[in-house]
Amino acid sequence: MKSNTFYIIYILWLRQIKRYFRSKSRIIGSLGQPILFLVALGFGLGPVYAKAGGGNYIQFLAPGIISMGILFTAIFSGIEIIWDRQFGFLKETLVAPVPRLSIMLGRTLGGATVACFQGLAVLIISVIAGFRPELASLPMAIAFMIGIALVFTALGTAIASVLEDMQGFQLIINFVVMPIFFLSGALFPIDSLPATIKVLVNLNPLSYGVDGLRAVLLGTSHFGLGMDTAVLATFIVVFVSIGAWLFSKIKA
Amino acid sequence: MSTENHRISVKNLVKKYGDFTAVNDITFDVPAGSTFAFLGPNGAGKTTTIKMLTTLVHPTAGTISVNGFDPAKHSHDVRRSFGIVFQDPSLDDELTAYENMFFHAGLYGVPRAETPTKIKELLEFVELWDRKDSLAKTFSGGMKRRLEIARALLHTPSVLFLDEPTVGLDPQTRNHIWSYIKKLNVERGLTVFFTTHYMEEVEKTADTVAIIDHGKMVAIDTVEGIIAKAGTASLEEAFIKLTGHTIRAEGASAADGFRQMSKVWRGSSRK
Repeated sequence: MKSNTFYIIYILWLRQIKRYFRSKSRIIGSLGQPILFLVALGFGLGPVYAKAGGGNYIQFLAPGIISMGILFTAIFSGIEIIWDRQFGFLKETLVAPVPRLSIMLGRTLGGATVACFQGLAVLIISVIAGFRPELASLPMAIAFMIGIALVFTALGTAIASVLEDMQGFQLIINFVVMPIFFLSGALFPIDSLPATIKVLVNLNPLSYGVDGLRAVLLGTSHFGLGMDTAVLATFIVVFVSIGAWLFSKIKA
Repeated sequence: MSTENHRISVKNLVKKYGDFTAVNDITFDVPAGSTFAFLGPNGAGKTTTIKMLTTLVHPTAGTISVNGFDPAKHSHDVRRSFGIVFQDPSLDDELTAYENMFFHAGLYGVPRAETPTKIKELLEFVELWDRKDSLAKTFSGGMKRRLEIARALLHTPSVLFLDEPTVGLDPQTRNHIWSYIKKLNVERGLTVFFTTHYMEEVEKTADTVAIIDHGKMVAIDTVEGIIAKAGTASLEEAFIKLTGHTIRAEGASAADGFRQMSKVWRGSSRK
């Protein structure tokens, strides 16, 4: 029974991976935005940033854009449940004699894996654009990428579990995904923000992901590596639990 | 006492959504190895009943036994014992025919050593083996249905539920699909529970016909029995006589729409 549960998690993980690598347009499409941000902001604001005494902006920006790539792909992977509902495949999994929790975990792990691939792809692109990370810290960076991916795939799953169709999708992009991205310190340092915005940034899980990535890839950090790790780990537990709970309530 | 030779046994089944009664006190048995047609106009309560039989919705009152298990209490046992082809397609279009089968086998705990032979056998049965590596999205409506039937049989269920299996298909394909279903029923003794709006399919296939309307069972008999009782020339005329001429809303009524909306915003808090 136990091994069967793991096999089911594996099967659903494998499905996400297969779908991702089969959809070349999706891979390339979701790289477009990070590249655009990296090039436009990196080279556009770079000189201003340097003049203000911030140093190399690409160095600062790259971990933020890597996080962005992961954020978008992860949320989208979670939200895919709505598509599965619309195209009927969700029913096939919900009527199977397996615990909902293993279905949710398999999907979430699959979505998170896909999001990490996306993050790695952005990392490689940012290196081409001039980003110079500490290569020795790559394993730690990947750990943080997995953390970010898990948090936001679970968030996507949670959202998709309560939405019936794609009509709310634009709402989610504008009122959930974009604020998470812009208020995470991905694009600018958070040290000298106004107090109210700082509160929002401090409540944002992605802030700790971005900061953690900077801590390991660059050795500079706002919250400190320990704090980043602890907060991100807490968010993983909380979001995966909420996602699992809401997923278990889905009606077929 | 009769559940021994009845695959499905339903007694005084009721399902209410708020103060709307979708299924109102229906009782019927489906003998093992029989084909059972469950008919009714749109919104009569067919799909709600199938959802209750297949563990997706819990009844408000009454008892159900599917293969000796109560779907509300032993959902996993019930789920392992039936196969279902849903009204709407439920394939993963981005996976191949073989992969769709393989994933189903994994979900239903089909022993891994047997899986490849079983997949081959069933895909050959529905004549899709030569297309096993094609993505499901490249299939025609009829091919998708055949694949879904093959998939539903992968875990060797003893009951097959088919919710409007031939809707939207041309007569040739419909005939083709029914020839598979009939073969399964005759050669393997599979119990088949199906809904359809095509009366000639019922006349050709069903051992027992149940007609439901406004959540109530209005007739249950053989095809001949129903025609005789209604005093009409065909099953279609009998059906219309028993359920009236009024045209029912296609799909959801306004009340359904409202329920749907409130569900969106309240989330799935209601079990």
